[in-house]
Amino acid sequence: MRTAQTQHRSSWGFAALGAFLVSSSSALAAGIGQPEPWQMDRQVPVTENARDILSFEVGLHWLSVAISVFVLGLIIYCIYRFSEKANPTPSKTTHNTLIEVAWTIVPVLILVAVAIPSFRLLRTQLSDPKADVLVKVIGHAWYWSYEYPADQGGGFAFDANLDEDKQPRLLGTDNDMVVPVNKIVKIQVTAADVLHSWAMPSFGFKIDAVPGRLNQFWFKADREGTYHGQCSELCGQRHAYMPITVRVVSDEAYAQWLTEAKTKYARIDDGSKFAEAR
Amino acid sequence: MATAAAQAGHHAHDDHKPSFFARWFLSTNHKDIGTLYLLFAFCAGIIGAFLSFGIRMEMEEPGLQYFSNPATYNVFVTGHGLIMVFFMVMPALIGGFGNWFVPLMIGAPDMAFPRMNNISFWLTVAGFCSLLCSLFVEGAPGASGAGTGWTVYPPLSTVGHPGPAVDFAIFALHLSGAGSILGAINFITTILNMRAPGMTLHKMPLFAWAELVTAFLLLLSLPVLAGAITMLLTDRNFGTTFFDPAGGGDPILYQHLFWFFGHPEVYIMILPAFGIVSHIIATFSRKPVFGYLAMAYAMVAIGVVGFVVWAHHMYTVGLSLQTQSYFVFATMVIAVPTGVKIFSWIATMWGGSIRFTAAMHWAVGFIFLFTVGGVTGVVLANSAVDKYLHDTYYVVAHFHYVLSLGAVFIIFAGVYYWFPKMTGYVIPEWAGKLHFWLAFIGANVLFFPMHFLGLAGMPRRYADYPDAFAPWHRVATWGGHIFALGMIVFVIGVILAFRSKVRAADNPWGEGATTLEWTLSSPPPFHQFETLPRIVDEPGYH
Repeated sequence: MRTAQTQHRSSWGFAALGAFLVSSSSALAAGIGQPEPWQMDRQVPVTENARDILSFEVGLHWLSVAISVFVLGLIIYCIYRFSEKANPTPSKTTHNTLIEVAWTIVPVLILVAVAIPSFRLLRTQLSDPKADVLVKVIGHAWYWSYEYPADQGGGFAFDANLDEDKQPRLLGTDNDMVVPVNKIVKIQVTAADVLHSWAMPSFGFKIDAVPGRLNQFWFKADREGTYHGQCSELCGQRHAYMPITVRVVSDEAYAQWLTEAKTKYARIDDGSKFAEAR
Repeated sequence: MATAAAQAGHHAHDDHKPSFFARWFLSTNHKDIGTLYLLFAFCAGIIGAFLSFGIRMEMEEPGLQYFSNPATYNVFVTGHGLIMVFFMVMPALIGGFGNWFVPLMIGAPDMAFPRMNNISFWLTVAGFCSLLCSLFVEGAPGASGAGTGWTVYPPLSTVGHPGPAVDFAIFALHLSGAGSILGAINFITTILNMRAPGMTLHKMPLFAWAELVTAFLLLLSLPVLAGAITMLLTDRNFGTTFFDPAGGGDPILYQHLFWFFGHPEVYIMILPAFGIVSHIIATFSRKPVFGYLAMAYAMVAIGVVGFVVWAHHMYTVGLSLQTQSYFVFATMVIAVPTGVKIFSWIATMWGGSIRFTAAMHWAVGFIFLFTVGGVTGVVLANSAVDKYLHDTYYVVAHFHYVLSLGAVFIIFAGVYYWFPKMTGYVIPEWAGKLHFWLAFIGANVLFFPMHFLGLAGMPRRYADYPDAFAPWHRVATWGGHIFALGMIVFVIGVILAFRSKVRAADNPWGEGATTLEWTLSSPPPFHQFETLPRIVDEPGYH
């Protein structure tokens, strides 16, 4: 009777756990382009490379869990099996060549298995495909500015400051970087004063903005939407207040935005002064 | 390992201690200097913990609650990092336990250069004073203190901090770095030249091995840091442009130089802990360390490979594919000797007759937590994955698992293990165990959710953050409170030990404690081993 009751209770426990897992995973799905409360995993990736890296990372995390649980299991076994009470006379074994070789070789094999996909992903990530759209990104203390070169249909530049009225708090900018969906976008990143880092969790990467260097990265977002990131290299007082917002839009919307942007940010044309960002 | 030297009757003629001032301010005695280092590390640790408390209180809720100026938050983060690395972990593990127990374990009367030992300590204290000064002078415009992060990256540390705070911080690193270099020379000389007759390197206790490898890492890496921060100093004050692209310099050069020091530095902090763990596990399992030679050479391997992996801290700065691939590969290699150590500790317990003292709790807890910190290290080693996780709370979680739950756990393990030897008194076992459980639960509640925050995209060194990150930050702050509670138990335990004055036996841990310090009285005589112990080979020990 008692056993049946316990079983009953524990099955309720499992159901509750299951409900929690389901609800938390649906909460995860909601977090596209921005973090969610209680989130325990990456933000939903919207580029192919970011998705591949995510599944690789999930694999790594399961491997990590397996190794940690294996070590924990061995420790717990030792605690019970070889306690003073359970085993009053200690053995004198201090060597076992076979097992020592095994615990050297097996990790090597695991690491080789990890390294192969890791190198493949890195090669894709750092490849240099032909760009459809090129955007120059400049980090300033404490805002970002974006330049769309004239030979790419742009010919304007604008600043993106934190917009304190926008939600989610600290993630919205007054002017968003806009790019077309399903196009290879190449960003060239530098900084005007101190180090910054242009980070976009949904695209699965960040790249440092370094004064005197032009860093390059590419992405091909395959889902329209608004994606938020934040400066990720300590840059002083308002480090936490220089968000990055990228709007990925359809080709038509992008063409329309380009036309509007040319007039809106036209003040660059005097050559010395960038457009006021507001 | 057995010793044939009789230690009895030693105190009588060499226990003439100097007067208070001469003993503690002009000390040339390795045990007294070790004690000074431990007390200093404790005081610095309190200040570092106070800073982290400020960080954790601010992070409990989004928005700015306690810091009106985020630049001050950056100063707290920077101060916490620098103090915990240079003035808490290093002085405790190297200056404190190293000074105390390396000479005792190798059967030496003292360190090779006793007066240099003294200046090593006081340079560290002077460095700490300089760092404290930096907190109170202007750094970034309109704020006091250096808010550059412990890495002190230019241009934030040059043009971003016009005030003298960064100069004070640089000077702090110069002073404590000089102290550490002198200390390293002292350890190397002592260990290579002053081992008791019969103690070959391959019979030397693993803690001495750990300190030897650590000393070499210090000796080779600290001059590079000194060079880098000197260049920073001249960039700031004398118009050079080593790191300023306007004059042909490059900020990335600083990062290479810094991490050429900075990566060995993390092994400098953990290798002595490895040594201590080996002794505690072996002592309380009543078994010699499993695979002694592999354990020693795994540390050597970690030390060597630790010098060629530095750019894995720089995957996002724009390194070429080939460079990044190399650093991915080299970084993963380190997991192999580290794995050897983890498995050898477990194999030491295997078949043993384990007594769960407070020290053993901390050591066993360390093995598991260090494993967790280690596997996330392998995750971060993959450059493609790191592009997302770099500079997020995932990294904060990772390095606190290996340092706060690694090195710091073993500092406490060492205190509980050696306290009877150092003071002659006994900390009540319940205090050590209660402290362990509070710290174990607290530190996990504190740092594990940081993995989730990092995966969700929360960047490091943010005084204010989007509201979605709030729940896990709140949990982390609760964990911090639990950990702090454990610290109170620790202090109570130490006070009780001194008040109840329960005398410790010369060897309170029984037959498992085989190293030479347990052959001496508790506390050891002011000068020990006037007649050097002779190490007799015990068949089957190794």
